[in-house]
Amino acid sequence: MDFTLKIWRQEGPQDEGRMESYPVKGISDEMSFLEMMDVLNDQLIREGKDPVAFDHDCREGICGMCSMFINGEAHGPNRKTTTCQLHMRSFKDGETIYIEPWRASAFPVVKDLAVDRSAFDRIIQAGGYVSVNSTGNPLDGNAIPIPKHDADEAFNAATCIGCGACVATCKNASAMLFASAKVSQLALLPQGQPERMSRVQRMVDQMDKEGFGNCTNTGACEVECPKGISLDNIARMNRDYLKSQVTEE
Amino acid sequence: MTEMPEHSVALDAKIPKGPLAEKWTQHKNNIRLVNPANKRLIDVIVVGTGLAGSSAAASLAEMGYNVKAFCFQDSPRRAHSIAAQGGINAAKNYQNDGDSVYRLFYDTIKGGDYRSREANVHRLAEVSTNIIDQCVAQGVPFARDYGGMLDNRSFGGVQVSRTFYAKGQTGQQLLLGAYGALSRQISKGKVTMYNRHELMDVVTVDGKARGIIARNLVTGEVERHGAHAVVLCSGGYGNVFFLSTNAMGSNVSAAWKAHRRGAYMANPSYTQIHPTCIPVSGEYQSKLTLMSESLRNDGRIWVPKHDTDVKALRNGTMKPTDIAEDRRDYYLERRYPAFGNLVPRDVASRAAKERCDAGFGVNQAGEAVYLDYASAIDRYGRTEAKVQGIPAPSLEKIRELGEAAVRAKYGNLFQMYEQITDDNPYKTPMRIYPAVHYTMGGLWVDYNLQTTVPGLYACGEANFSDHGANRLGASALMQGLADGYFVLPYTIGDYLADDIRTGEISTDTPEFAEAEKGVQERISQLLNNTGKTPVDDFHRRLGRIMWNQCGMSRNAEGLKQAIADIQALRAEFEKDVCVPGRSDRYNPELDKAGRVSDLIELGELMCKDALERNESCGGHFREEYRTPDGEALRDDEGHAHVSAWAYTGVPSEAVHHKEELKFENVELKTRSYK
Repeated sequence: MDFTLKIWRQEGPQDEGRMESYPVKGISDEMSFLEMMDVLNDQLIREGKDPVAFDHDCREGICGMCSMFINGEAHGPNRKTTTCQLHMRSFKDGETIYIEPWRASAFPVVKDLAVDRSAFDRIIQAGGYVSVNSTGNPLDGNAIPIPKHDADEAFNAATCIGCGACVATCKNASAMLFASAKVSQLALLPQGQPERMSRVQRMVDQMDKEGFGNCTNTGACEVECPKGISLDNIARMNRDYLKSQVTEE
Repeated sequence: MTEMPEHSVALDAKIPKGPLAEKWTQHKNNIRLVNPANKRLIDVIVVGTGLAGSSAAASLAEMGYNVKAFCFQDSPRRAHSIAAQGGINAAKNYQNDGDSVYRLFYDTIKGGDYRSREANVHRLAEVSTNIIDQCVAQGVPFARDYGGMLDNRSFGGVQVSRTFYAKGQTGQQLLLGAYGALSRQISKGKVTMYNRHELMDVVTVDGKARGIIARNLVTGEVERHGAHAVVLCSGGYGNVFFLSTNAMGSNVSAAWKAHRRGAYMANPSYTQIHPTCIPVSGEYQSKLTLMSESLRNDGRIWVPKHDTDVKALRNGTMKPTDIAEDRRDYYLERRYPAFGNLVPRDVASRAAKERCDAGFGVNQAGEAVYLDYASAIDRYGRTEAKVQGIPAPSLEKIRELGEAAVRAKYGNLFQMYEQITDDNPYKTPMRIYPAVHYTMGGLWVDYNLQTTVPGLYACGEANFSDHGANRLGASALMQGLADGYFVLPYTIGDYLADDIRTGEISTDTPEFAEAEKGVQERISQLLNNTGKTPVDDFHRRLGRIMWNQCGMSRNAEGLKQAIADIQALRAEFEKDVCVPGRSDRYNPELDKAGRVSDLIELGELMCKDALERNESCGGHFREEYRTPDGEALRDDEGHAHVSAWAYTGVPSEAVHHKEELKFENVELKTRSYK
């Protein structure tokens, strides 16, 4: 298969970016999207040109490092699929493919398609954990039975990979789906109760500080989320946030 | 047996005296402590933020030390522990199936083919139960049963159910738990986190590790960081094979720089080839994807019995589902009736290779076997029909119910398989083949997890300590968290107790200047090289040499050839590698060049180690040493030791040191799973 790639090139955070066009030939339909990018970079290096920088690591859809906006969609055309798990059989021979970085002011471009998502780390640092020391002497794991349904729901929320597709997709560049996934996981479990109200406040405050937008419930984030994190989590977070405004903790 | 060089010394593992089950408790009672006020005067560097690194950094900070943590990814949460699928072992005996600390210890020693330290493995089994409690307290959502209790499953090489799990994302959930603990300490200012930073060198002062040289991968700035101790939690080096289940960025560089500074590498050739991975599909493939070992709980592995069926499968005139039961060879069940599909990884991998080498591989390349869920779907479907009170369920109904049950257990793995192969594993058996997954070898450490360089520690996959010649499934997560949460935070205190009066470590010293200069020189050498060939090209060729000569089976002649080939490759790399771009910008090709350069040197040492070990044990299978029925043939007289290598400049001329392994509690037996 042959493709024309239109790729966003940007030297650094302060530089101006532009779309550049590159042909790639002889791509197999079994290749992953990132393997196709490897072919392009191999070609560029051999031609003495600057290869395209992009983030990637595990290439099995779990580390959350890959992040490309492909033909106007976060992680490309397939549902519940990260860019690294997207294969070229999902494209038509001869197609022109547009590849851009995540675009959000809270995610500045590092170079080309790589962006800085450390704002997500700071949201978690604001309270996305249970304050328990690891050198203490916790209860036996079975001391508090947790209903299977709650454990499963908490697990579903916890499968967020922190890739930022939700932010990139949202017209407001809101991080509500990301933050609410962590808030929900801990709100659904008994371990998370003691800090439940302060956690939601601190995490929402941090989200605002980082410059993420507000949620207007369009639901694009849920559609584009490669892990299928549910919009219900946002509702749950909103409920807790409201409650936290009128309770003392 | 090869003679030991004259200057070789016996290594002291500093194993505490006393009965096996009391060693760790007594040791903890006897080692020195640092009081809370003094901990605030001490800095520790932790490199890597996977399970071992995150848990170590968080625990040390909770205790009061000042921690600087480094990772090369854009966030500590991306470390490759995140990709571990199946589970984590712990001797809780929640299933009341006779499990105990002793049994977990014994299974691990046996699983490692009697090439690990008794005292370390027993400690690992002891703290395993604390890990589960700790993670539950952090809010890790482990799978639970309908009564709300923690659920378990079985893994290879054991006959109890002691594996805790969170669907096929156990590593993700455990890492996010540790990342939460780390994040909490970052928010308190007790950990300073350096994302997108790579370790470029370890700095020693008066023989002690006193800091590192790191490079900011975004700005290219080369930085000096001083500390009273350095802890490497930098993972394994499976990427030496180019194709592996490791992440693209996983590398040996931190461990290798430490090795060049005097830390010994132990058993570097002990590699785990995982039996159930998605087979290679083409030239440009960049990585291989694991299908969790947990799938062997319910899946059955087979190839056709007859060549005619193999031919028909390969030319597409027949589907696997067309092959009748009596024409299938469930070779693991046939060869190992006691453990069946749940034999350890090394045994399962070799058995798959044996069938494929005999011509029964089921894909075009002849390098794949089937992992079949049809009978599990049928079994679960019938049970579920009974539970739901459906009187005479149709086969279709049974299938539907069975598929739902399998989806609930393994859904994300099946989905991943389908995304990659475009095949529906609910309807047709999966095709799998062994692939490089984990490296048991690593930096040599004593019982305190200290390397041969004082003040330099190694935890998790970066050290060699607990898995011997073969790691059992669901034990890597256990070891990473054991080291980071419950072992290192205690043992490092004994060393740091001498440093309470030292004061801050200055980086304005000749040692730091010398190390930094070396780093800068190497960077400009790589960037100014006038070569033509991209880094990946060399990496791919290194991988091919390693997989062919130092992979699932090895022989002396092949290994000698591999050493020569790797040396030639190294010379060519230095002459012809092409690294584009600048050093003061984000430049992933430059990062990769440094890593591949270290992997090439490591590959040479791995071949040397494999050549030196004239026996077969665990994942190390030398064709010259096997039993008449093709099983591994150990040599306990000559090789019941750890090989620890000291760097001399040429990897294959490293000096060989030995740590004799003493077995006082278990009897060395031929490992049998029949």
